[in-house]
Amino acid sequence: MEELLQVDRLTKIFSLGSMISRIRITAADNVSFSIRPAEIFALAGESGCGKTTTARMILGFEEPTSGTILYRGQKIARNEKVWFTRGIQAIFQDPFGTFNPLRTVDRYFFETLRNYKLAGSTKEAVGLIDQKLRAVGLAYDEFSGKYPGEFSGGQLQRISIARALLTNPTLLIADEPVSMVDASLRMSIVNLFKQLKEELGVSVLYITHDLATAYYVSDRIAIMFRGHMVEMGSVEKVLMDPKHPYTRLLRESIPEADPTRCWRGTVRLTDIEQEEYLKQGCRFAGRCPMVMDICKQQVPADLNVDGVLVRCHLYTSQVDSR
Amino acid sequence: MSRTILRTEQLKAFYVLDLFGTQKVIKAVNGVDLDIGENEVYGIAGESGCGKSTLLKALVGAIEPPLRLIGGRVLYQMVGEEVDISSLDPEEKRRLRWEYVSYVPQGSMSVLNPVLKLKETFRDFIESHVSGKTGKEAFEIAREHIVRLGLPPQILNAYPHQLSGGMRQRVTIALAALLKPPLMIADEPTTALDVVVQRGVVQLLKDIQRTLENTIVLVTHDMGVQANIADRIGIMYAGKIVEEAPTGQIFGEPLHPYTCYLIDSLPHFGDKATRTSVPGSPPSLSNPPDGCPFHPRCPQALDLCTEQMPDLKYVDHSHKVACWLVGD
Amino acid sequence: MRIVRDLFRDHRFTVSFCVLCILLLLAILSLFSPYDPTRWGVVPRDLKPSRTYLLGTNSKGQDIFWQATFAVRNSLIISLIAGLVSRVIAVLVGMVAGYKGKTTDRILMFISDSLLVMPLFLIIVLLAMLVRDRMNLVTLGLLLAFFGWAWDARVIRAQILSLREREFTQTAILSGTGTLGLVLKEYMPFATPLVFSTLINNMSWAIGMEMTLAILGLVNLDIPTLGTTLQWAISYQAMLLGYWWWILTPVVLAVLLFVALYWLSASISEYLDPRTRLQRVGAH
Repeated sequence: MEELLQVDRLTKIFSLGSMISRIRITAADNVSFSIRPAEIFALAGESGCGKTTTARMILGFEEPTSGTILYRGQKIARNEKVWFTRGIQAIFQDPFGTFNPLRTVDRYFFETLRNYKLAGSTKEAVGLIDQKLRAVGLAYDEFSGKYPGEFSGGQLQRISIARALLTNPTLLIADEPVSMVDASLRMSIVNLFKQLKEELGVSVLYITHDLATAYYVSDRIAIMFRGHMVEMGSVEKVLMDPKHPYTRLLRESIPEADPTRCWRGTVRLTDIEQEEYLKQGCRFAGRCPMVMDICKQQVPADLNVDGVLVRCHLYTSQVDSR
Repeated sequence: MSRTILRTEQLKAFYVLDLFGTQKVIKAVNGVDLDIGENEVYGIAGESGCGKSTLLKALVGAIEPPLRLIGGRVLYQMVGEEVDISSLDPEEKRRLRWEYVSYVPQGSMSVLNPVLKLKETFRDFIESHVSGKTGKEAFEIAREHIVRLGLPPQILNAYPHQLSGGMRQRVTIALAALLKPPLMIADEPTTALDVVVQRGVVQLLKDIQRTLENTIVLVTHDMGVQANIADRIGIMYAGKIVEEAPTGQIFGEPLHPYTCYLIDSLPHFGDKATRTSVPGSPPSLSNPPDGCPFHPRCPQALDLCTEQMPDLKYVDHSHKVACWLVGD
Repeated sequence: MRIVRDLFRDHRFTVSFCVLCILLLLAILSLFSPYDPTRWGVVPRDLKPSRTYLLGTNSKGQDIFWQATFAVRNSLIISLIAGLVSRVIAVLVGMVAGYKGKTTDRILMFISDSLLVMPLFLIIVLLAMLVRDRMNLVTLGLLLAFFGWAWDARVIRAQILSLREREFTQTAILSGTGTLGLVLKEYMPFATPLVFSTLINNMSWAIGMEMTLAILGLVNLDIPTLGTTLQWAISYQAMLLGYWWWILTPVVLAVLLFVALYWLSASISEYLDPRTRLQRVGAH
């Protein structure tokens, strides 16, 4: 089966500061992964790990410093608008920021149809819009002529997905789609992704820091830390039996909605985050409970452990490296 | 249950907005009865826009226009007698805050003065609330306090912007606990923080509560955090408390339909079975439904539910529910 | 319409609207003037206001009432030209600089900043001196427009810069909207209050500038405007001679115009302010 999207050694380096003192922050460092058709792939990590930067590079909002992005085996040109030519769409974190508060929401729908030449008449357009709205559980009548402020966050996020579906995309990039939606309404959005995958064969790149929903909805997952990818594989293996110390820490720190399974032990936190970006070697070395000397000097290579990709020196001796 | 430290009687606080001739009343807190005891962590959970933040503001007496206290009372149990917070004058209220009850608002990192080093903020704080301490003594008190809570003492020499978000949050909480207040109120202290940082903040709160044996009232919509720290939880919906019980019972035997949906919708590791969220959308606080505010979304709603709001009643000695379907 | 009804709730808007209507009426009346405004000696001189001559007559032998109608009309024309043309330039420059950024932005802002730091008054005076004889309403309006856009271009640019980072910009781009569509459909609603309030302020400034130039004798004094009628009154020493009706007329009209324009701008921009607008749009 051909890969839908292939990202190879994607890197983005930001240069901050004035002419006198510049620091270079590698927001994304040699990120590589691929997404298959009809698959939900989660890109997870805490804030500042580079997941949003990676998404922006795929969409073309950010220019990669190096690396390639292939769609269906073909390279994407610099000025090519992936959403226009390649059937990739996106939805964003803040449902109220996604739409212009001074315009009615339906305008975006009509404009999308017009710009992509998907409807011949207004009647046809309304029909298409209604169809997509029903797919996300809403109806045209309660949607037409309303401003973003008249909907709830959950509804707006679903409207956002409906808009993305108008162009019948093959890949939907969802950047933290439920982090600003109430816990009680998250499931409805996340279930939608499942539905889209199963019924329409749409792949979803699900970017999140919420591992619980990532576990629930994704097929595969990649964990990122300070720009590096540290572990990648099937969501069952990565989250139920984490190998990388950071993934373990992340997994343990998630507050389970179950009072009988509280946290055990305490955790050490960093005081100054910026320092971690500038380290040589493995970026987690400063906090890792199992750190070794080599960790501070050398970035670990990609290792295949039990079908999961791990970048950690702990496993170098165990299995064959790629 | 232990002795009461704070209670409310049918507390009502509305936002009254007047814009271009039209008046809009937002019934953020619409008849809330609370009874919070000593030495416990009381969690208030609910969707955004259910009135939790307004409830906290009302509890500390921070009621300013357009927010108005419409009815009910907030009573603090201080040195043997009950004190109605609205009977205090501004100076007494000021002393009440931080010494008796400290309030950590949402986005509390803005509580720290960005142009002062942390040690100066701490010193100012101590000097304005504790008399007779020199600068040096104040600094020592602050240092001891920070170290006892497990935070690195070097941060006192830093400016707020030099610290990470999680550290700032913990410092703010440390500041709130400095004068050993019997009551600490925190509004969404872990929202917008990373998972690992969140764990550190919750750990800190737990440590403080264990050491001082005081009461913490914690508002958050994150049920995972509630499960980890709260002793009792009050579920808030459309400005009212609809269920209140010890944490184990809320998660194990929820009784109110809303709570049931809420608990069912939470994802768990190791279980990929389909879950559903609460149907419908949160109600508008400016135009809440008649009777029980949850009835438009409740699949088991009776006719009675559309007419009359059920009272919050005890179902057993520690579990209260406001629902016509539960109880007699 | 609902908008108009809402606007009228603000008493500032009502009062200023009425005053401006009256002034506009005056301006339109000029079309019915029985006298040619540029001719002298058409009526007896220096007469106090009476039933025949509502505002009296001046030392040049003109009916002050009918002169005033022309004065108001011409001043309004000048300020409208100045205001509208400078808005168009400010919006174009601000939007292009804000959205394109980088080199385009630098060049445009360099030009704009240069105009800001130049001693405007001196330069306008110089230019006015040069073209004085060929100055008419339109030329004066354009001259003022040329110097009135720089500040507001920066304000609009700042607005665009912040809007560019908002997520709905990305949504619009993903919907296939191009740069022009983005600027016109997405950003204009935010820029409208700015444009409106600065338009009216600019108009006020233009009227004031015109009056100043007139008093310095740098405009074509044959064309009656608020400034020129005032200038004639001063040069004929109306104050000293006690012909108060001659001096007061342009002064009172000018003051009414300034205050009305200011109140209008304040009430409209408060109405259009996105924050209050959002509250009105039935938001939760």
